[in-house]
Amino acid sequence: MADENRATATSEAPAVAERPERPSGGERPEGGERRGPRSGPGGREGGPGGRKYFRRKKVCKFCVEKIEAINYKDIRLLAQFVAESGKIVPRRLTGVCTPHQRRLQSAIKQARNIALLPFAGRAS
Amino acid sequence: MNRTYELMFIVRPDMVEEDQDKLISTLESAVTSTGGTVKNVERMGRRRLAYRVRRFNDGIYVLLTVEGRGEMVHELERRLRVTEPVIKFLTVRIDEEQKRLDKIKAIRDARRKAAPAPAAAETAGEAPAVTA
Repeated sequence: MADENRATATSEAPAVAERPERPSGGERPEGGERRGPRSGPGGREGGPGGRKYFRRKKVCKFCVEKIEAINYKDIRLLAQFVAESGKIVPRRLTGVCTPHQRRLQSAIKQARNIALLPFAGRAS
Repeated sequence: MNRTYELMFIVRPDMVEEDQDKLISTLESAVTSTGGTVKNVERMGRRRLAYRVRRFNDGIYVLLTVEGRGEMVHELERRLRVTEPVIKFLTVRIDEEQKRLDKIKAIRDARRKAAPAPAAAETAGEAPAVTA
């Protein structure tokens, strides 16, 4: 019984200890999946599996197609990453990698400033 | 030393062709007087605006690519702010971005010329270039 307690304690303690330290609230829904590989010793879900938070592997569209220039002028490309409401779609939904997401963000904001994209769309 | 800028501005839709030309030539002379060069002028035509700007729903877009110093941009923007038919403008500096794109293209071309056979080497080498 002591072993059981210890086993559960070791697998959960890192997770519990990590939780207050993690400042980003946005990661919490994915926390169940993200924490697994990082805490390591738990041994669960080191990779893909039937984990309920795990989404299928999404690849960055820009990395795959090797699109380097994200210009504020090609709104057809930018509009794919903008929701109906005009908001920029978060990276966890589109699968874009961080550097490209940042460039995409600046391009979208520039396009908004020059009235090529709306600040707030029709919906809601 | 000389920086490349892209200046996009929107003119009210009820402006006639010749007034647009006058405006563009005024801007061009401002560019050359401050020691720059006009690379390109592109009229993108009338477009629907994404939101109302000064009670207009359409606008005539003009894109100006210029090369020059920073003071030139100040001068151009001042003129655009003062000009009544111009309802919006945006200046973007593009020489750094251009340098980065050229570098990536050069790396890719060099790699393509050097090693067409080992595709593994190509993809392994290109990945850091893309992330950089």
